[in-house]
Amino acid sequence: MVSNRPAYSNLMKDIREEKFVLTGELEPEKTTGLEEILASARAMKPYVVAANVTDNPLAMAYMNSLVPSYIVQRDVGLETVYQMVTRDRNRLALASDVLAAAHLGIRNILAISGDHTVLGDNKGAKAVYDLDSAQFVYMLHKMIDEKVDLAGNEIHGDVEINVGIAANPNADPLEPEILKIGRKTKIGADFIQTQTMFDVDLTKEFLKEVERFKCPTLVGVFPLKSFGIADFFDKYIPGVHVPKDLLEDMRKCKDEPDKEKRSGLYDEVNMEFFSPFIKEIRKTTKAAGIHVMAVLYERIFEPLLRETM
Amino acid sequence: MIITNQKTEEEIEEMAEPFGKIFVVGCGICATSCQTGGEEQVAEMVEKLGAKAVGSAMVEEPCDLRIARRDLKDYKDGIKKADAIMVMSCGAGVQTVSDYTGKIVLPALETLFIGSTERLGRFYDRCMACGECVLDDTGGICPITRCAKSLLNGPCGGQVEGKCEVGDYKNDCAWVLIWKRLKEQDRLDLFMKFRPPRDHSKKTLTTELIFR
Repeated sequence: MVSNRPAYSNLMKDIREEKFVLTGELEPEKTTGLEEILASARAMKPYVVAANVTDNPLAMAYMNSLVPSYIVQRDVGLETVYQMVTRDRNRLALASDVLAAAHLGIRNILAISGDHTVLGDNKGAKAVYDLDSAQFVYMLHKMIDEKVDLAGNEIHGDVEINVGIAANPNADPLEPEILKIGRKTKIGADFIQTQTMFDVDLTKEFLKEVERFKCPTLVGVFPLKSFGIADFFDKYIPGVHVPKDLLEDMRKCKDEPDKEKRSGLYDEVNMEFFSPFIKEIRKTTKAAGIHVMAVLYERIFEPLLRETM
Repeated sequence: MIITNQKTEEEIEEMAEPFGKIFVVGCGICATSCQTGGEEQVAEMVEKLGAKAVGSAMVEEPCDLRIARRDLKDYKDGIKKADAIMVMSCGAGVQTVSDYTGKIVLPALETLFIGSTERLGRFYDRCMACGECVLDDTGGICPITRCAKSLLNGPCGGQVEGKCEVGDYKNDCAWVLIWKRLKEQDRLDLFMKFRPPRDHSKKTLTTELIFR
């Protein structure tokens, strides 16, 4: 089922116009400053239609993502996808934040459950999960399309937001993941952003599987800024493995002592891997676009897009 | 059955430290089965407490006020003498003994879960007493208890090869188990069903159950 919700966001408008869209990713950290986020947003602005702002990823207590979601839009003029996890807030707090986001002009929310607190940096925290991600999508549907909260209480004003969901094509077994995505698209998802992908065949297989839900899908890629990041990603992100050859190529770059040369080598390795990947997805699938999770690695956007778009 | 394990020796020592005379109460049902508060463990505790122990008793079901009263009536003197009662049962038993005796109580056990028993020493968390049973919908596997996030519409992105991100991929993902079970039963329509948010007020308001 295709969501018949209007396209409120530029992201959704571009998707509906069948442009091949690109989104980026911004990650607030354990800081009170926003300089880094704003610099990243400015750097990626020419290349992406919107940027996701992560919400306490890996259950780390970082700055509330609503604030940078708003300030990036206001000060940089780059649309944001406000990520919201259900791990840290019950339905009251989620509804409050959705109302606040609507007031601040946020036009996209990515509704996710979030990594469990025991994986994070405050392991003793109570994991809330009053709602799961499907129930949160349902709540957003009620708020956006019916102007009521979950309990049916009337909302004054409009909530004009498009709803994204996450998907994990790396899931093994894949079938329950696919069925779950189908359920969420029926409830009220406008678009899908996938977990990071390295395997082009697996990505294509997944895209074929979800085609029947007619929900635009952005394939997640994660250009690797350094060997350290690649190694961390390989070890600690659930279900994600960096291909051995790519990891090995990254490892080789690490030994270059000159910082500038090293950066150039890393860029080359990334280009060699991701450029054909993106071209293949663009040419042979019905993917709506690419979600480029190049956190603090914005310099890769220009060469990557020059090659692939 | 209510599954318990004993607090650590240090925790028990620290808890008992302020009291000179302690009476020990065991549980004849669940804590006996768990080998955490049966006759043997009560005897061990008495030995550990040494001169502090002024007596002990086994109560068939310390969580049942009538039975606690019945089984403790012959120990009134020992209980009276004691500064505190160490209860080797689940939290419900500890509180019932506290209500009955009016004494300071020391819980020797941690109450873990309502579990099923495979054999002695192998217990599995199976029920959180949520008050809204969905087992008919989920192939007889409880997602509230067995999914680390208690998701009603799982699985989440944290499952890898059917294992859960919580606990370093040692535990099964409840939703993959549910999917497999429903698939075997040719009932995948139930897997696809959207389960709305739970009504937590039901559980919050159910603090007692009185038939008459």
